[in-house]
Amino acid sequence: MSTPLTITQATMTPELFLQQLLYVLPELSLAIGALIIVLVGAFVGDKGARLVTWLCVATILVAGSMAILHVPAKQINVFSSSYAADAFSAYAKMIIALTAASALVLSIDFLAEKKIDKPEFPVLALLATLGMFIMVSAHDLIALYVGVEMQSLCLYVLAAYARDDAKSSEAGLKYFVLGALSSGLLLYGCSLVYGFTGSVRFDVIASQVQDHRSIGVIFGLVFILCGLAFKMAAAPFHMWTPDVYEGSPTAATAFFASAPKVAAAALFARVCFEAFGSLQKDWQSIAIIMAILSMGIGALFALQQTNIKRLLAYSSIANMGYALVAIACGPIYGPKALLVFISIYAITSVGLFGVVLSMRTTDGQRPETIEALSGLSRSNPLLSVALTLLLFSVMGIPPLVGFWGKWEIILATISTGLIPLAVCLILASVVSAFYYLRILKTVWFDAPRMAMMPVGVSTTLTLTGATIILAALTVVIGFVGSAAELAGAGFH
Amino acid sequence: MDTLPILSILTWLPAIAAVLILFLPQLIKSPEAARASAARWIALFTTLIVFVLAAWMTVAFDETNSGYQFVERANWYGMIQYHLGIDGISVLLILLTAFLMPLCILASWTAIEKRVVEYMAAFLLLQSLMIGVFCALDIVLFYIFFEAGLIPMYLIIGIWGGKNRVYAAYKFFLYTLLGSLLLLVAVAWMVVTAKTTSIPDLQAFAFSPAVQTWLWLAFFASFAVKMPMWPVHTWLPDAHVEAPTAGSVILAGVLLKMGGYGFLRFALPMFPDASNAFAPFIFALSGIAIVYTSLVAFRQTDIKKLIAYSSVAHMGFVTMGIFSGNEQGVQGAIFQMISHGVISGALFLCVGVIYDRMHTREIAQYGGLVNRMPIYAAVFLLFTMGNVGLPGTSGFIGEILTMQGAFNIDPVTAMVAASGVILSAAYMLTLYRKVIFGTIVNPALNTITDMNTREILIFIPLIAAALFLGFQPNHVFDQTAISAVALVDAFHAHFK
Repeated sequence: MSTPLTITQATMTPELFLQQLLYVLPELSLAIGALIIVLVGAFVGDKGARLVTWLCVATILVAGSMAILHVPAKQINVFSSSYAADAFSAYAKMIIALTAASALVLSIDFLAEKKIDKPEFPVLALLATLGMFIMVSAHDLIALYVGVEMQSLCLYVLAAYARDDAKSSEAGLKYFVLGALSSGLLLYGCSLVYGFTGSVRFDVIASQVQDHRSIGVIFGLVFILCGLAFKMAAAPFHMWTPDVYEGSPTAATAFFASAPKVAAAALFARVCFEAFGSLQKDWQSIAIIMAILSMGIGALFALQQTNIKRLLAYSSIANMGYALVAIACGPIYGPKALLVFISIYAITSVGLFGVVLSMRTTDGQRPETIEALSGLSRSNPLLSVALTLLLFSVMGIPPLVGFWGKWEIILATISTGLIPLAVCLILASVVSAFYYLRILKTVWFDAPRMAMMPVGVSTTLTLTGATIILAALTVVIGFVGSAAELAGAGFH
Repeated sequence: MDTLPILSILTWLPAIAAVLILFLPQLIKSPEAARASAARWIALFTTLIVFVLAAWMTVAFDETNSGYQFVERANWYGMIQYHLGIDGISVLLILLTAFLMPLCILASWTAIEKRVVEYMAAFLLLQSLMIGVFCALDIVLFYIFFEAGLIPMYLIIGIWGGKNRVYAAYKFFLYTLLGSLLLLVAVAWMVVTAKTTSIPDLQAFAFSPAVQTWLWLAFFASFAVKMPMWPVHTWLPDAHVEAPTAGSVILAGVLLKMGGYGFLRFALPMFPDASNAFAPFIFALSGIAIVYTSLVAFRQTDIKKLIAYSSVAHMGFVTMGIFSGNEQGVQGAIFQMISHGVISGALFLCVGVIYDRMHTREIAQYGGLVNRMPIYAAVFLLFTMGNVGLPGTSGFIGEILTMQGAFNIDPVTAMVAASGVILSAAYMLTLYRKVIFGTIVNPALNTITDMNTREILIFIPLIAAALFLGFQPNHVFDQTAISAVALVDAFHAHFK
């Protein structure tokens, strides 16, 4: 690893402080933006929810572009080395911003239709995005925990956002209880690592564990990774995912399924690669076991699902398994594969939920079964083409962009010599293909059911538009590779 | 000529037309029937242009040059290049694709009544991908075209297929996907090891014999399914029976050839040691395929299924020829692929003719067709004979050459294969007797009409091709010779 530039406390001057602020500009703009937008929300009230949402979208996009406009050539650690600014985090932040903003745009009509369009939703999503930005840049255990909690607490509320809906409240509660447990594990792991290494800073931890590998640190590492696996929804910490995905308002689910996955996977990778780089054998075996379990459970359990949100939940578990395969490939080959894969997956995921959000019958019902998509190809051909592209992409069939994600991961596994893991990935892909094909079969081969026909009236126009843009993006995104290469180069 | 990217035009023209057709309903708010008609004409027009271009390319092809021609090369994604080019092995397969495609469009002219727009778009997309497979010179690009073909074919079988179409579409997709993903791992392994994705460079790269075994097996898993070889052929009868006529034609005519092409392009030149070691294994599978699937074909009651099994048997000759590793074998295999493309395509079209009238493929429902359909009887006879391998038709040349090639290596397999020729005569002539000869028993046949002008127009080029290939095979060999010889020489040079 190239030695990162660290600006230390001892030399801190006002100029230096300002200079450090430059590296957290995206986070600052999110935080300040959130505070201002809360005030705007308070003034305009519930009627201004749409305005607030667009303000949040703009803020997130501005923060995302700031992250990529100002990429340091090499990793720079600021604020007593608690916070890292590098190409890796810049790339992840851009993807997080893009997917979070798209998910917010998607939410507008849905929330309005459900009459829960209040300014809190976008503001909470904005704060969650801030949490995610902190997660991907965290360079010590405190920042790590603050980022994770900031994101999680907002997400719990979003899950329970439709508070008059029993399912939504249940989802929120379930998410909160299990999430609190995992935060406990995470915090316990952090304290163990701190106790045994004497520091919370990733670089100090790295040099400490390099010298002596104590059992306490290993315990701490295991607890931290378990806590992060929960946030990623990787098996065996996936139990909450189907229920929360199903129960939460679909607009919130669309948000959960995309940006937080990127943040959690990026954080998982940074913890493994940077803080515990010398314990590669230990975290590698954890990642491999989690990867195989996630791919297996995600692929097999999805087969029986009839609710499309639950199906996508299992699909996301399987996909987190693929991401863990990339992480298991280590700091040299892993980062690029991880970034290519996770960015494509997150974007595809938003698109898929865009389709789910477009499912509505003529009488205003919102069916969530796969059967409701029957004959969609006749009633809404363009939406069907978009869904088809998205599904073939997430299946990894070329020439769609999802193929490149799998290609990079397979390339990484082979470069690392983890060929059996690549074979597991392939088997999981074939099983997964079966249930994605089932959706396509429903869309293309089955006869339409009159009552369940989604209609493309003006209310769904926004959703359809967003989906089609995402589908188009899916086709042309093959150029992310070199950016990911650059972003991942910092770890070796 | 250097400036005209002919291969890119051939590859992408149909895809562009497909997109155009797909967005037609959005552009013109005309009634359904007018849109369908426009889609048909655009598709026919595009495929005819592609055919003319492909024919021109075949004429312009320099048959004294053993290297790749019409090469186009551009950087694309990291190491992966957009690298196209053809040699003697691929040039005629591209021509075959371009030749069959307008016929498929014509055959679907009235047979496809629902969702014509999507159907034509899917077919054009499929054509793009098939041509792409044959001219890709980058292994990842090849894989992309190879695998992407699954998407339109899945939709074609599933949307416009017969009763059991969903099952057949799934089986086709999942079978092929498993094979191709193993191929993907092997490709990734080769790319990591050889640090190149260019097919010519990989052909020159010497993989160690132990590694070759594994890579060969992965390639075999994919191509054997595609081919299909016994015992992984079971998806083919289902897919054929359920696919619409034109789908069957393309499946038998072109998609199956990708397997044989893959063996010629990858297995033989890149893994010579493994190919040599596994040759007896391939011979055994080919022998079983020829005899066993012929016997299975004999017992079929569904005409399409019978022809599907006969395809598996005929592909047995191709694998046998390829892995005999000598000039007769390889030349014969290429010839057999082209000839089978024409003949089995024509046979499926023949089935389509009576299926469109009677909506059944049961042999028992027919009989005595010669009384009502003399022209049809004559056409069907010609292609029956072609499938049997009667001298004078193209079927004969491929079979005799592959057997000759195999005889030099393994006389027993050649003899077993020869018995397959007799068996194919048995089942094809029985089929012909039951369907065409005799008296009309089924009263529904009393009003059946002979082929109309459109149908005759479809068959004229096919008849011409079958007879031309049968009487003038040297024109094909002239095109393929130098590449086939180069391939065989390189293969033998490896063992000196």
